[in-house]
Amino acid sequence: MTVSATTSTPALPPFRVESATPASRAVAVVGLLLLAALTTLPAWGGSGTMKLLIEFFTLLALAQMWNLLAGYAGLVSIGQQAFVGLGAYGLFVCTDRLGLHPLLAIPVLAAVVALIALATSLFAFRLHGGYFAIGTWVIAEVFRILVSGAKEVGAGNGVTIQAVAFLGPQGRLALTYWLALAVGSGSVILVAWIMRSRLGLALRALRDSEAGAESLGIDVFRTKLAVYLIASVGAAVAGAIIYLLLLRIQPNAAFSVDWTARMIFIVVIGGLGRIEGPIVGALVFFGLRETLADFGSLYLVVLGIVAIGLTLLAPRGLWGLFLARFPMVSFGSQRRLVMGPDVERRQAT
Amino acid sequence: MEWVNAVIQGILLGGLYALLATGLSLAFGVMRLVNLAHGDLNILAAYLALVVVTATGANPLLSLVLVVPVMMIIGFLLQRVLLNSTLGGGVLPPVLVTFGIAVVVQNVLLDVFSADSQGLDAGPLENASVTITGQISVGVFPLLTLLVAVGVLLGLQFVISRTQLGRALRATSDDIEAARIVGIDHRRIYGIAMAVALGTVAVAGVFLGIRTTFGPSDGPQRLIFAFESVIIGGLGSLWGTLVGGVALGVAQAVGNQINPAYQVLSGHLLFLAVLAFRPSGLFARRTARET
Repeated sequence: MTVSATTSTPALPPFRVESATPASRAVAVVGLLLLAALTTLPAWGGSGTMKLLIEFFTLLALAQMWNLLAGYAGLVSIGQQAFVGLGAYGLFVCTDRLGLHPLLAIPVLAAVVALIALATSLFAFRLHGGYFAIGTWVIAEVFRILVSGAKEVGAGNGVTIQAVAFLGPQGRLALTYWLALAVGSGSVILVAWIMRSRLGLALRALRDSEAGAESLGIDVFRTKLAVYLIASVGAAVAGAIIYLLLLRIQPNAAFSVDWTARMIFIVVIGGLGRIEGPIVGALVFFGLRETLADFGSLYLVVLGIVAIGLTLLAPRGLWGLFLARFPMVSFGSQRRLVMGPDVERRQAT
Repeated sequence: MEWVNAVIQGILLGGLYALLATGLSLAFGVMRLVNLAHGDLNILAAYLALVVVTATGANPLLSLVLVVPVMMIIGFLLQRVLLNSTLGGGVLPPVLVTFGIAVVVQNVLLDVFSADSQGLDAGPLENASVTITGQISVGVFPLLTLLVAVGVLLGLQFVISRTQLGRALRATSDDIEAARIVGIDHRRIYGIAMAVALGTVAVAGVFLGIRTTFGPSDGPQRLIFAFESVIIGGLGSLWGTLVGGVALGVAQAVGNQINPAYQVLSGHLLFLAVLAFRPSGLFARRTARET
């Protein structure tokens, strides 16, 4: 990604700003190859593998969205389960009640959730810091209670999505897998793209100093609102895909704070404010969960202690520890200034 | 008459919420710390009382002499060992660490005490009531709760405005650098503030445990009620917290009167309405919004 070279001003030496690095190009190539291989999985993989990967990719997407919100915009939400639940019920309403194909249902529910998130932001954005965290939690609770009382969607018992039966069990699994793969890899690409965009620059400035960013002409409110809307819609889409696999929706499970707890653990373990963080964190999270599966609630105790320890001792998470030892920038979202006589020549190519 | 009764019950319930919210308000006022483990520590206090009551057969109110000091020590240690190092580094570390503590406390309780609901039995006191008019009678225990809440708030107010410790607390809250220059060890002050906060949490935990049943997963709801009381009343004002608690209690009792399913929801709706129309709370101290 090359941003203009202002060679017209004679006082300035030729320069350009670039963000891609050899490492980031290598990651892009390897990532595309991996993505191509994973796309063919339904042709040769077992259904157990596919279900595990669906869970992995949807959790990765949820964690990426939470990282965007908390790690980049400083909006620590404990209410993202509101949007997971809305995604789940949105899918039910669109498929079972409106008769839409799941592929059409997802954009429709995404648009509706964007409007709902705009409405909830009116309340949540009155609060800051830790109080924003609890405020978003209250909003999620309001949705849970309202849905638990709505007979149209089965009240407290919940509903089962039935209208997708026409896909057949194998067809539904393959479709869900591809959607999960798309939302998982899409969330990584989206965050990488955002961080390379104007919005990403604004977020970086904002993270360093809110007052400083404002004095540079950045609209802090609109920047944060944009991130909140993107993260909320992202969580809803991931939630819809999760429930396209599960089919059975219950309000207490769909609007459970456990969704956000998972996002937090994945991001904190992997590394806050880094695109790589949620990927590393999701891998560690799945590893821990499989090893500690027999210990019941103890596994959450371990996760909690690990999260506390990392926040205090290594606030950039495992990926931060890795980067400190092997500096590299794999997604090329950091800008560097390239100066010197060869700039002109390289630009021509 | 039913409605008057509901409002009175709500006011009394509000005393409990104010007691619950005091610790959250204090921690935020002194250290700008939002303790997400507040509700789970409140439940922990109730379980500690349950252990004391089961072991000694004493009245749960008597268990306070043990539970309050234990919770104060826990608060002091939590602050000194974990929480002090999260402060001053942005909004994320305190939120993440207290969220981690909440998850740990909740799941340890689940492991030790199972998911079954428990209650604290305060004997005949629980059912005693005072008849005011023919149709309105007020429970002695809820009345006692409200009085204890007001007493705790008065005590705190006295400590904060009249004592050496209170001066140090206020100084650290206003300007930490200046406080350090005049020789105040802010880390110790923070430890004491958290000890006092968890002392009030312990009182609230025991009273709530007598009034309703509790389980290991009830912490988040306690946190939310405390938080709503603080926001409705206005940040940074202890008496605002009392007003907020009472307003929340009345909203819940009135909601319950309309339909029992709406009890919690109507409290949330009042909270959202306050956020939308009066974001600094009903009772805000002017300086409280500076941070």
